[in-house]
Formats: sequence, C-alpha cells, structure tokens
Amino acid sequence: MQPTSHSFKQNASAALIDADLQRALGHARGGFSTKRAMARDLLPEFDALCEQAKQIKDHTIAHLDLYLEAYEQKVIETGGQVHWATTAEDARQIILGICKEAGAKLVTKGKSMVAEEISLNGALEGAGYEVAETDLGEYIIQIRNEAPSHIIAPAVHLNRDQVEADFRRVHKHLPEGRSLTEPTELVSEARGILREKFLAADVGITGANFIIAETGTSVIVTNEGNGDLTQLLPRIHIVLTTIEKVVPTLSDVSAILRVLARSATGQEISMYTTFSTGPRRPGDPDGPEEYHVVLLDNGRTEMIGSDFQDMLRCIRCGSCMNHCPVYSAVGGHSYGWVYPGPMGAVLTPQLIGVHEAGSLPNASTFCGRCEAVCPMKIPLPKMMRHWREREYDAGDSPWLQRMAIRGWSYAAKRPKLYRFFANAAMGVMGEWGKARGNFRWLPLAGAWLKYRDLPAPPGRTFQSQWKSELKRRRIEAEMQELGL
Amino acid sequence: MSARDKVIGAIRAGLGARGDEPGRRGQVRARLERSPHGLIPARARQTKPELIAQFARMLEAQTAVVRTVENLKALPQAIAEQLAAFNLPARLRHGDDPVIAGLDWEGTMIERETGPAIGTDAISLSRASLAASETGTLILTSGADNPSTLNFLPDTHFVVLLAENLHGSYEEAWDALRTTYGRGAMPRTVNFVSGPSATADIEHTLVRGAHGPRRLAVFVVLNGQPTRRKN
Repeated sequence: MQPTSHSFKQNASAALIDADLQRALGHARGGFSTKRAMARDLLPEFDALCEQAKQIKDHTIAHLDLYLEAYEQKVIETGGQVHWATTAEDARQIILGICKEAGAKLVTKGKSMVAEEISLNGALEGAGYEVAETDLGEYIIQIRNEAPSHIIAPAVHLNRDQVEADFRRVHKHLPEGRSLTEPTELVSEARGILREKFLAADVGITGANFIIAETGTSVIVTNEGNGDLTQLLPRIHIVLTTIEKVVPTLSDVSAILRVLARSATGQEISMYTTFSTGPRRPGDPDGPEEYHVVLLDNGRTEMIGSDFQDMLRCIRCGSCMNHCPVYSAVGGHSYGWVYPGPMGAVLTPQLIGVHEAGSLPNASTFCGRCEAVCPMKIPLPKMMRHWREREYDAGDSPWLQRMAIRGWSYAAKRPKLYRFFANAAMGVMGEWGKARGNFRWLPLAGAWLKYRDLPAPPGRTFQSQWKSELKRRRIEAEMQELGL
Repeated sequence: MSARDKVIGAIRAGLGARGDEPGRRGQVRARLERSPHGLIPARARQTKPELIAQFARMLEAQTAVVRTVENLKALPQAIAEQLAAFNLPARLRHGDDPVIAGLDWEGTMIERETGPAIGTDAISLSRASLAASETGTLILTSGADNPSTLNFLPDTHFVVLLAENLHGSYEEAWDALRTTYGRGAMPRTVNFVSGPSATADIEHTLVRGAHGPRRLAVFVVLNGQPTRRKN
C-alpha cells in the first residue's frame, strides 16, 4: 500500500469536512470506550491483570530468541512448517510460492493487519489468484478497494447506506428489488456470498493474535467465525504473523486474553478463540492437510533495545485509537497507512520511516488517554516524543517550527534572558488584553484562536508576583514584630 | 545467512545476549515445562453450583440458550424439546462422540447423521470436552468424535457439556486437557465458543449469525454417568 502519511495535515482537513465520514465516526463515537469501561468494572482484577499481561510480554521479549526457537521446534514436531521472513517482500514470495505449489485458484483470508502491512492482496491478485476477504468489514473495504481505517473495525468509517450501495453495485446476480435497509439483511447477504467462497477455497490465510511456544499453536480471536472457516475448510492453512506475537505458555495466553477483548470491544471474551496446532491428524475428518507459518520480522528486531521496544508489547486491541480525540475526529484513513491512531503514530515511523510518517507522532494533543487505557501500559506519548526528536534531528520538521524551537531553547537555557522576555510579553499582553479580558486573535496563533479565546494574562509573570508576595509577607512580619 | 539466522541474530544483538546463557535458557525451560498459573480472577474460584450458574448467565447474555438436565437419560428429550422450541426439523448431525452415540435416542423421532459438517447441514450437535465458567466459554476439541466443522457450518449449534468438565478458569481447563493429551501437546484444533457468531461491522449494530451459527443451545448434564441403553 502506497503510504500518504506525509500528507496527514491535508488528509485530516479533508476528513473533517467529509460529511459521510463524520456521520460514520458519530455512530462509533463513545461506543467502544463506554463498553470497555463497563467490562473493566465487571472484573475487579482488571488492572492487576493488565500489569501481569505487561510483565508476561516483557519477559517474552527479553527471551524472544529462545521462545521463537522453542515455538519453531514445536510447530515442526506437530507436522507444520515455519518460514522465516525478514522483509515484506520475502513474506509475499513465500506465500506466493506456497499458493503456486498448491495449484491454488481461490484464496480466502481472515482479517490480518500483517497482511495489510505487506500488501498481500495486491501481490496475490497480481499473480492471478482470486482473493476473498471474509471478515465482513474487510470484505466491504475490499469491494470498495479501500484500506482498513481501524485495526479491529476495518469499515468503521462507513455508513449502512454506503454498504448497501456497494452491495448493489457488486452483487449484480441478486434481485434488484431486494431490501437491504437493515444491517441484518446486509450481513445475511454477505454470509451467503462468502459461504460459497469458504467452501471453494484452496488456501486459507489468517493472521495470529498469539503464537504459543509451549505447544507450537497459533491463536485467532474473532466474533464472526470467519477466521475459523478460513483455516478449517481449505486444503492449506497459512498463518502470517510476526515475531513479537509469541507468548510462552497456555497460561500466559489465557492471562492476556482476559484483557484483550475487554480492552478492544468491551466484551468479556470474543465469541470465538481458536487454537490451531499443525495440520490434520490421522483419523481427523476435517482440518487442513498443510499448515504453514510465515514468521515475519519487517523491522521489529530493530525495536529491541531501542526507545521503541515497549511497542512490541502491543496486542492490537485498538483501545488507544478508540479513546483518541484526534483519531475520533479525523478517522483512520488520515494516518495514511496501515496502523492508525496512537499505536500507528508510534509504529508507522518505525516501519516506513520517519521521513514519510513524521507527521503522525505530531498528530497528538498528548492528553495521555491512549497510555491510560492501554492494557499493555505502553508509554505511547513518550514514544511519540522520541519520534518528534528524531524528526527534528533528521531535519524533516518545518523551518518556522525549527526556528521557534531553537529560539525558545536558547532563551530557556538562560534564566535571566527568559525572565526578561517573559516579563516583557506579560506586560504587553496584560495591557493589551485588559479591556476585553481575553484575546480573539494573536500573531502566529490565528488557527488556534479561531475556535477558542485565550484569557489575557494579569500583566505580570508568576515569578514576579511570587517575589512581591514574599516581600509583602516579610514586611508584614517585620511590622508585626515591631508591634505596628 | 538464512532468514532465520538473521532474525535470531538481530534479536540477540538487540538484547545483548548470545543465546547460550544458562540462566536465560533455564528460565525459559522452566516456564515452558511448568506453565505456571498467574492471577486467576475470583469469579473463577467458586463452588460448582455457582460456577454452573455463572456459566449459564454469561452464555445467556450472548443470546445462547442454556438448559440443565439431570442425567444423560433426560438429554435426548431436552434436545428434542429445544428443536421444537426453535421450530426446527428433527434432524441433526454429530460426530462419533461416545457420549452422544451412547444416548437413548429412541422415542425422540430425531433423525441423525454422523461425520463432519457439510455446507447444507442446518443443525449440529457436539460435546464440549471442557468449559470455563469465568466467561461462559465452551471448549471443543477436534477429531472424529467432534469434527470442528460442526462448530461453524450449520445455522444452529447444540452443545452438550458434562458438568464434571466445567472448570472455573481457562488455566484449569488447560490443566485438564494436559492430563488427556500430555504436556506440551494439543488437539489439532481447540475452539473456545462463548456465544453464537456475531458482527458489529455495520454501524456498530450487533447482528448474530455473521458466518458461524446464528443460534447456540447448550445442555449442561449434571450427572454424566452413562445410562444403560434400552434393548
């Protein structure tokens, strides 16, 4: 997928005046965060479970080499194959190779953000395979030729009437007069169409929410059951996943599952959590005959030992974007690549470079909600600050901003000079704003003040007021001592 | 250098580790061998009747139907009644599960087929090997006894659970599975099922029956002792 992260500002401006998008974001607004709060309240141990989940991931990353080796050995023991890939291109070639070997025609897919990350659909279609996305949201954006706008709700930027129009455009073989005004009718139509794909597919590709070292198992979490039909019915199941998804044991995965759905959709657990280990066994009447795992790095190993290592704890619940004031105003497409919201603002510069994606860590008010609701306690604002520093160091930030930061930094390191300027500015602004009590416009702050007023300062800085207050108290004390 | 060596090498470079440190290896081996339990929520640590009640409550909150029956003898009748309550034909498919096969089906008029599900099956019947009460979660394991396709293809899924197989937490259920399959081993597929299939992908409206079953009915058998079949 060609990123447009560098034009975040333009994307966001367009998003704010896109009536359909704003209508769709309105449907979603508050829904996820209210449900998450309810789920959290229903489980008194929730905060302690988050802390435990964080510790499990930290332990795993600190021993990542050993857990991946153990995992690989288990997959091989249970009859599966592990394919290691360092880059997106390597992963695409491995998957194309497996599909070619299988003589595949139709490939079904469960929802996978890693597949988006490596632009897998384009590669498969380019090689002549028919690709059917089976998650309802993914199916909708596939027929619209769009990217997902949310990591767990890919079509959250769309309204029912838009989906109806797309279904009428694409499902030409169905009667024109059919009713599609209710979400149930749309779901039912998609179910019928995708059911045929499930039954006809040669290869099923899923992601993995977790892979388990203890047993060589891949885990998917869904509500629809689409991932299950994707991996159960075709002759070949390919799991496309990344190295940081490994957890040590079934106990560890259970512990993390307790915070995943609650943080994501506010459910106590998703309808389906499926653990797959190897291919069909002797006596099994169903299941795939081949089980492949594509284990991708794609820049993640560079995060180990860096300022961004904590990001490897991310379990892709989407809670950070559900609670982000910027995301809920501009939607996921504004971020211009695969991962939106706060987690995207941290991950995207790592995966496609700070030069392309430097705007994303700047698209934050640093309100801190993302970190507060992250079940893995990832310090997202701190990491966005690291990216801002790197963007500055790389010389990518705008000239005016750089000059302003440089000027401020010069003064801030010289207290006398800083106080002099501060006193002067407070004096001028205090005098200037005295009449109205606030400002409706100031030089260089026109955009900021367009929607809000700035209260006028009292005319003196805090420090100078503090000094006079101390002086006043001293005099008062002296006078009292003198009995005056 | 293979991709595997590159990835493992880059991880070790980032961690400042070599991979042969006895301390690190020992920690990993111990964790994999023992799979220690972490914090288990209090709701998973209750008496059996409380766990059963919680299990039913959680599933019902997801629109599943939960019926409790005294023993296996009463089960076929309960299944027949539920088919009638759903206004469904008395025809279902199940696997080779000995508990299901051993039921006394006579007198229920239910037609039964066995084997994995095909696209046209309307109703399936499985037995859950285990369950975890904390979230109302059925745990189904693959194989000829209970083919995994039964859990997803039919429109209506009936599941039998023997109360003795109901545990409080996921971890206890895994421990029970380890006693059957051995440490570090798993059935090919383990399905956690916590309600009928659902989606909220269109305007955040919850719709049941996205791709999997629209309806789920669970039969909890309090006393799972096999009953003698009538001749």
